[in-house]
Amino acid sequence: MRVLDSLYVYWRFLAVSIRAQMQYKASFLMQLGGRLVVTAGEFMAILVLFDRFESLIGWNVYQVAFIYGIVNISFAVADALTTGFDLFGDMVKSGDFDRILTRPRSTALQLAGQELTLRRISRLTPGLVALIWATTHLDLTWTVGNVGLLTLSIAGGASLFGGLIVLQATLAFWTTETLEMMNTVTYGGVETTQYPINIYRPWFRNFFTFGIPLATVSYFPSLAIMGVSDPLGTPLWFQYMAPLIGIGFLLASLQVWRIGVRHYLSTGS
Amino acid sequence: MISYWAILSAKFRSLLQYRSAALAGLITQVVWGLIRVMIFQAFYRSTNSEQPMSGSDVETYIWLGQAFLAALPWNIDTDLRAMIRSGGIGYELVRPVDLYSYWLSRALAWRTAPMLMRAVPLLAFAFLVMGMAPPVSLEAGLAFAASIFAAVLLSSAITTFLNITMLWTITGDGVTQLMFGLVLIFSGMLVPLPLYPDWSQPIINAMPFRGLVDTPYRLYLGHIPLSEFPEVFAHQLIWFLIFMIAGRIALSRGLRRVVVQGG
Repeated sequence: MRVLDSLYVYWRFLAVSIRAQMQYKASFLMQLGGRLVVTAGEFMAILVLFDRFESLIGWNVYQVAFIYGIVNISFAVADALTTGFDLFGDMVKSGDFDRILTRPRSTALQLAGQELTLRRISRLTPGLVALIWATTHLDLTWTVGNVGLLTLSIAGGASLFGGLIVLQATLAFWTTETLEMMNTVTYGGVETTQYPINIYRPWFRNFFTFGIPLATVSYFPSLAIMGVSDPLGTPLWFQYMAPLIGIGFLLASLQVWRIGVRHYLSTGS
Repeated sequence: MISYWAILSAKFRSLLQYRSAALAGLITQVVWGLIRVMIFQAFYRSTNSEQPMSGSDVETYIWLGQAFLAALPWNIDTDLRAMIRSGGIGYELVRPVDLYSYWLSRALAWRTAPMLMRAVPLLAFAFLVMGMAPPVSLEAGLAFAASIFAAVLLSSAITTFLNITMLWTITGDGVTQLMFGLVLIFSGMLVPLPLYPDWSQPIINAMPFRGLVDTPYRLYLGHIPLSEFPEVFAHQLIWFLIFMIAGRIALSRGLRRVVVQGG
């Protein structure tokens, strides 16, 4: 029951936020258009480069588009659902966070529902287009296992990005200044993992496999779905299990968040 | 001109207050450069066919792109936005200076200060750690410097134009976002322009955006020979003039409709 109730409250938060944004239609549409150009540009870059170079160390353009699609859809979902955490540093500074603490709901839920920025969803469009375009060319067999793994991969990816954003916000409990460096990890992570991870140098590839495990939610499950054996030699069972690491990462991040909330001292203003 | 130096030094001093932010930005750009270099290296390893640009040239192009990133017209002047919102723009109208020139020099300072702050450490990193090649010749280096100067002028004229559109839109977010997308794709920041399909080259070459990135970097690499320097330099300046004239017209029209609330 508590879960259902929480979801209902969450949905109400989002509905309010969406209605508010639709009040400024012209500005909203221009921003959406602009964002679309930027994100579509990244996908276009992949097409341009494959047009010149034809292959990327054994990968063809459809396979790369598939991985690109998964990573960008995951990030778009996470980014849209966690806007409140982006604004968190300011809330701590202004003391607004105190108000949230007084409400009888979990702090993480309230922050997540703070604002669903519609324009952030624009990243979803090129991701979806790339994924659909790739699947129509890749000759995939849509077994239950594959559909499940694709869903799990996107859910794991969204969780992992969500976890990173939560962690970044949590730092504000201690520094009252959200560390910009974390943007390097999230946005850099998107940029990195939208290409197959084996094209990078080992130290860099290992960082995004074992350090910030972004490759485990995109690259490894994609291999299993596409039926490609891994140039890095991981076994099939690992490729199926890998996205769970993303969900574990989110749960761990929320735990750290809770520790942060417990240590929170208001600025007093 | 005096106002330009005053704004430039003020901007410099305010930027120097945020050293940790500057360091974070620097590290971000280094990581970004590394990712892009590795992606292009992988593509170059995958082919034996002749490309319009060599792999090492592309690497230099990427590092120059990171070094001069802050010179791109990627945002609007937030102080001006606050002024337009609050009505403080009224003060701008009574200043005894030509408003367009004042706003342009403001934009010029707004672009130059962060660019210099970023360019020096990033170039040092690229030369010392990444082994980036120097300009192919002394003449190419001079052509590059002149062309970077023209790129900053062009960027400032575009920025001023974006600032002026705020007289209509108040926020300026939409226009800026759209411009940023066009700049990213057609300047060479995303993919070096010579790598775009051959059929698209005439279109891309006609557009103003290559003057921001591609023109100076390829002069540096000698990829645009010195004999073509007058032509590409003129291309940059002509687009600078076009944005300047468009900005002046837009400003005089916009000011006709400005209503400053008393109080």
